[in-house]
Amino acid sequence: MTGFVELFTRYDVLGAFWLTIQLSLLGALGALVIGLVIAICRVSPVAVLQKFGTAYVTVFRNTPLTLIVAFCLLGLSFTLGITLSDPNSPTSITDNGVRWAIVALAFYHASFVAEAIRSGINTVPQGQAEAARSIGLGFASTLRYVVLPQAMRGAVAPLGNTLIALTKNTTVAATIGVAELAFQMKNMIEFSPQYLYLIFFVMASAFVILTLPIGLLFTWLSNRLAVQR
Amino acid sequence: MSAEASVLFDAPGPKARARYRLIAIAGGLVVAALLVWLVLRLADFPAPVGRTPNNQWAPEKWLPFLQPQTWTSYLLPGLWGTLLAAVTAVVASLFFGLLLGIGRLVQIRWVRWACGAFVEFFRAVPVLMMMLFAYYAGLFLLKITGAALPFFGVVVGLTLYNSCVIAELIRSGVNNLPHGQREAGLAIGLTPLRTLVTILLPQAVTAMLPSMVSQLVVILKDSALGSMISYLDLLRSGTYLSTAYGNLIPTMIVLATMYILVNSALTRLAGWIQNRLRRGPRAVAAPATGGMVPSVASEPVVPATIMPPPEQRER
Repeated sequence: MTGFVELFTRYDVLGAFWLTIQLSLLGALGALVIGLVIAICRVSPVAVLQKFGTAYVTVFRNTPLTLIVAFCLLGLSFTLGITLSDPNSPTSITDNGVRWAIVALAFYHASFVAEAIRSGINTVPQGQAEAARSIGLGFASTLRYVVLPQAMRGAVAPLGNTLIALTKNTTVAATIGVAELAFQMKNMIEFSPQYLYLIFFVMASAFVILTLPIGLLFTWLSNRLAVQR
Repeated sequence: MSAEASVLFDAPGPKARARYRLIAIAGGLVVAALLVWLVLRLADFPAPVGRTPNNQWAPEKWLPFLQPQTWTSYLLPGLWGTLLAAVTAVVASLFFGLLLGIGRLVQIRWVRWACGAFVEFFRAVPVLMMMLFAYYAGLFLLKITGAALPFFGVVVGLTLYNSCVIAELIRSGVNNLPHGQREAGLAIGLTPLRTLVTILLPQAVTAMLPSMVSQLVVILKDSALGSMISYLDLLRSGTYLSTAYGNLIPTMIVLATMYILVNSALTRLAGWIQNRLRRGPRAVAAPATGGMVPSVASEPVVPATIMPPPEQRER
């Protein structure tokens, strides 16, 4: 118990927890927007866009997130000098790292969101699209009014899995020094090695606390929103 | 893909074709603009203020990749490190995953409960944290030293996580089998455990084979996290290479290409196995992956808690 108190008073565990939540939420928002665009590209009737969507998914899904994160900060930011924060603000360096981490998380997980939405589109029976076309709707209206609303409901479960994966993957930001939970954990173990088990248990529980409700929520949602067929 | 796509729109008439062409040109221009911007940005083209341009396409940044020495002393050992860690982790995860999976399916309640708690907990924890924990546990408690320490950290971290994933795959594979299989086993007088091991598991494992191969991709990608605990994998050896030649961005592009080649080969293998299973004479219930796409082959392996309802079997 003393160890518990000491850990929480000596180290900013809650701050790291909050940073992890921020990374997850903003990364998820970005991934959802980019992923939706990519998914629409992939099912569109235009060959160029289809190819672009496929290439995007292949590249980002097969590259380790660690590499993408490093590429963003070390390559784009340090080598080419693209910064995402106000250079005059006192927290400029930290902000830059955090923002690039969010960008990397969003672009990486967009490929999984795109796949989730596409698997959602696969759950919509062909008759729906055929019916939409037969009443004269074009591609955009078919997608907008008939297929996507059902597809998004079908995609809830895989989207939930992607969100859980994203939440856990925020730890990769530790590799570029963003002070979220995994980074704080390394820091804590190095300075208080006597609490090794306790530190692991506390930090791991933080993720159980984050991902368990997401899992339950999305299971509930996917049952509730499931299209009756 | 094409089968699905063609359902969403009619065969275009002359007007629609003209419109598609317009969109194709516009879309093509946007994509091309993005590419041109990227290429120029990497060339550091609109010359930056206050520092010398850092052209990433400069030949001296790329020529090292034509020298055999770059490959023999950096990239190939790195690739070896990545593959070694991945393969060791796969073998260990298969072993422990099978044990855990059986543990979740046996009749004894406390074994089932313990295995369930273990799997649910470690599946929710990020791999990096387990690697860090294993690394420091190896350092402080087991007193492992030298190059064995990071290897231990990487393999234990990957194994803890992936054996849970495989346990879940096995459990859902067994649960997706027709009830008759189990009942038939019990009816001919086999004990529940024997039924599980000799009748249910072989079918479940076959059905889950594609997912297991795709899990390889995840393991391979996650092994890159080992660079955080100083394991000499492809990413870390690439960092050394880029320090030696001052070509960080070209190196990362080469590394990404290597990862993409290996991983898409594995993804294709998974798709091929799945097709064979579908067509094969002893087609077991192929895992529910919906239609034309060899679905999300990697990363978020569907946790059983939010497994989408199993699709209608093919039989």
